[in-house]
Amino acid sequence: MEVISSIRPLLAVMVSLIAACLIVLTGERARNLRELWTILASVSKFIIVASMIPFIIQGKTLEYTIISLAPGLLLQLRVDAFGLLFGVLASTLWIATSLYSIGYMRGLNEHAQTRYFFCFAIALSATMGIAFAGNLLTLFVFYEVLTIATYPLVAHKETPEAIKAGRKYLAYTLTAGVVILLASAITYRLTGTLDFKPGGFLAGHASADMLRFLFVALIIGFGVKAAIMPIHEWLPTAMIAPTPVSALLHAVAVVKAGVFGVLRVILYVFGPGLLHDSGLWLILAYFVSFTIIGAAMLALAQDNLKRRLAFSTINNLAIIILGAALLSPSAIKGGMLHMANHGFMKITLFFVAGAIYVKTHKENVSELDGLGRQMPLTMGSFAIGAMGVTGIPPLCGFISKWYLCLGSLEAHEIVFLFVFLTSAFLDAAFFFPIVYRAFFKNPKEDVNPHFNEASMFMVIPLMTTAVASLVLGIFPNALVHFYEIVTLAVQNILGG
Amino acid sequence: MITHAPILIIVTPLISAFFNILIGLWRRWLCYPFVITVLSACVFSSIAILDTVINYGTIHYKLGGWTPPWGIEYVIDHLNAFMAVIVSFISLIVAVYSKRSIEQELSEKIVYFYTIYLLLVTGLLGIIVTGDVFNLYVFLEIASLAGYALIAIGEDRAPLASFEYVIIGTVGACFYLLGVGYLYIVTGSLNMTDLSQLLPNLYHSKVVLVAFAFLMVGVAVKMAFFPLHVWLPDAYTYAPSTVSALVAATMTKVGAYVMIRIMFTLFKPYFSIELLPVTTVLGWIAVVAMMFGCIFAMAQSDLKRMLCYILIAEVGYIVLGVSFANRMGLTGAILHILNDAFMMACLFSVAGAIMYKIGKRDIKDFRHLHRKMPFTMAAFTIAALSVIGIPPTCGFFSKWYLILGAIDAQQWIFAVALMISSLLSAIVFFRVIENTYFEPRVPVHAHNGGTHEEIKMDEAPLSMLIPIFIMVAGILTLGIFSGKIISNVIQFAVPASF
Repeated sequence: MEVISSIRPLLAVMVSLIAACLIVLTGERARNLRELWTILASVSKFIIVASMIPFIIQGKTLEYTIISLAPGLLLQLRVDAFGLLFGVLASTLWIATSLYSIGYMRGLNEHAQTRYFFCFAIALSATMGIAFAGNLLTLFVFYEVLTIATYPLVAHKETPEAIKAGRKYLAYTLTAGVVILLASAITYRLTGTLDFKPGGFLAGHASADMLRFLFVALIIGFGVKAAIMPIHEWLPTAMIAPTPVSALLHAVAVVKAGVFGVLRVILYVFGPGLLHDSGLWLILAYFVSFTIIGAAMLALAQDNLKRRLAFSTINNLAIIILGAALLSPSAIKGGMLHMANHGFMKITLFFVAGAIYVKTHKENVSELDGLGRQMPLTMGSFAIGAMGVTGIPPLCGFISKWYLCLGSLEAHEIVFLFVFLTSAFLDAAFFFPIVYRAFFKNPKEDVNPHFNEASMFMVIPLMTTAVASLVLGIFPNALVHFYEIVTLAVQNILGG
Repeated sequence: MITHAPILIIVTPLISAFFNILIGLWRRWLCYPFVITVLSACVFSSIAILDTVINYGTIHYKLGGWTPPWGIEYVIDHLNAFMAVIVSFISLIVAVYSKRSIEQELSEKIVYFYTIYLLLVTGLLGIIVTGDVFNLYVFLEIASLAGYALIAIGEDRAPLASFEYVIIGTVGACFYLLGVGYLYIVTGSLNMTDLSQLLPNLYHSKVVLVAFAFLMVGVAVKMAFFPLHVWLPDAYTYAPSTVSALVAATMTKVGAYVMIRIMFTLFKPYFSIELLPVTTVLGWIAVVAMMFGCIFAMAQSDLKRMLCYILIAEVGYIVLGVSFANRMGLTGAILHILNDAFMMACLFSVAGAIMYKIGKRDIKDFRHLHRKMPFTMAAFTIAALSVIGIPPTCGFFSKWYLILGAIDAQQWIFAVALMISSLLSAIVFFRVIENTYFEPRVPVHAHNGGTHEEIKMDEAPLSMLIPIFIMVAGILTLGIFSGKIISNVIQFAVPASF
């Protein structure tokens, strides 16, 4: 594989960091200018990330070494296919979220908006860093930055509840952080390197017991952000954050950073071969299957719309991990695709929840009767997103779930096929009643039966992501070449 | 000039201390620029020394041309040179910072303050450069006496706290001196290099064992190593803000340096590791110190007092690194000396800036402070993240090497202890951060965001902010460049046998 030294990955990380400084300097006095920085940063970040796609598709790797700490220990950014997938996903959705945030924050006349946009920009820098990290240490550095940057966003409302949610978030994620740190340190001492390698680098370096310990520690460490049960509790609690935060961070950036970490550990640290021989994959697979079903069951019981979405997120994150844990080509491909696809669909759903909240201050599913008449565009997008997550063609959720189902057959584990199917069934069970209520039930007296949408700043982004999930369902390779990138990543890992 | 840098670095502040009084009696305002100039000269010579050491190896400077072991010899290797740069640099930064704070807190005593300040720096630098155990004692006493005096001129309860410190500190110094005496009895030498060659034959002598124990206890008192830390919280809390910043950042670190010298230069590493189970004992005590420091810090409502307990925990980190007795652990410990000097100087300076502006130290009074003093609190937050060990701040990198050290030493419990103490310090600091940045609001549906009560920005003066931000810059960059620092300096400071 050809490696090109390039400053692009660093630029992709830095651009929002610079924007964050500009945002603070501009402050509340010139709100439009401050928002301009956010939008400029998001667009230029996307352009920088997108400019790397051609290189990757040609099978090259972009690399930028920030500094060397010790032999075999670099702070290094390296863009491979899998990292690019995550980078493209996060940077694309940040554009939509930036516009949406402006509508949301101004619509609610929120306080501390400068802090909000500042932290958001830092969080995106960290996400890019995670996506492009070339080794476990670099990944960890950005992972911790992400933790700290999102803490003020979770506690944004500053109500006692929100502060408590912030504490809980920190308690979970910082504990996970030190676990990762210990495991990385041990890995470094065992192998003398932490560089990600498709197919893993740990084989032959450690005893079976040590491998088991490292695997558990790393999966727990990254699994906290990926909200694997039973360490998922922070995520529903964190739904107290403003909706754009839940949308981008708690459906895409933060939780997917966790999933990304788990996948890096499975595929690039341990490697399919090692996991298969040690049988660890099966344990993880059963474990996340439990999460898939459990989270879906819990979602059924939630009346708060955002909490229901949160449990659906937990369910989907576990699906992605299960895909990777099955270790078969189609399953990995499906898992990676689902990472991208789920991002588009789930962000639509969260955007809808936020639009409803801004417009009507409703947060509960039971209050949504007839809302489709007032907000047809919004609820229509919700219907698309809901169908997508369930996995109905021609939406993109279908494609990833199709590969996942194929993958479980390739792995000769029919049990997991049923896990996927049951999960899809449950998805339908907790999403379709919402669609039904909105469009087919008669409005209660507090719902305005006439067209009265939320601000266009919010409606346009949410419709765009809804349309995108439709387009990605019909042309999986459209726009940003997700399908090709994923295929390449799988090829690299499985050495095909 | 450069060849005499080792002695100049001590003589300059020493002589200047006396000139400072004369200058001060003539024109009081001249003291500040004078002290800054002198300390800049110290920083310059210490950097020159470090440069020489890096390029040409260890410097042996014979005082007055007397050959050791009869004369006093200054031996400067990578470790001392590194320490000298840290101490002189922090003293300079804190001196820059001191201007407004001293004008407010001690307007009557500015001249005497700076005089003693210079003496303290003399003592600290002397401890670092000397290669003679008795000479080290002399400087230890200079530094300590200057420290007692500086602390005693603080607020109301400072004299009592200082008195407590005098008693315990003197006991510590006596222990050290007794240790030196015992070594002199059996070897007839006071020169460190000479002693390290004479001692191995006597390692089984009871006298040497007792001497070692006395030296260690004496140093442990000076560096406030648990459980000999009791003097520290009171003394550093009630001292003037500037003094707290200086002594917190340097005094304990210099103590740690002396401990490393005694264990690995004066005595051969195999004595401290194999003949006596010192490292094991130290390791366990260090773990207790870390836990104790963090837990007590949680219970404090006074910011400075809280920082004092964090300092005790940080000393624990350094000793823990030393106790691993391997390359990674000691690298972590030495790196942490540097990082912690910056973190502590920054945190105590911030505490001083807050005192200067609002006159309070109680964490409960910090509400909305981020709007009144946004830069100061931003600096506090970054330093706090560094203490917790969040990358890319420097605190993370020393923790990384400490954990590697624990792994190499196969001390899993210590590795876990490092993780736990890092989480405990997160609780300590996020309590303050939460209290400052977030105001508990009643949940309301219709947000009326714009109705934050107007709080005008009222920042600390620039003469405080600039030094604080230099330290913040240090905290943010030292970690990233830790690889360079280790490969150029620290790896040579670690005993070759590791």
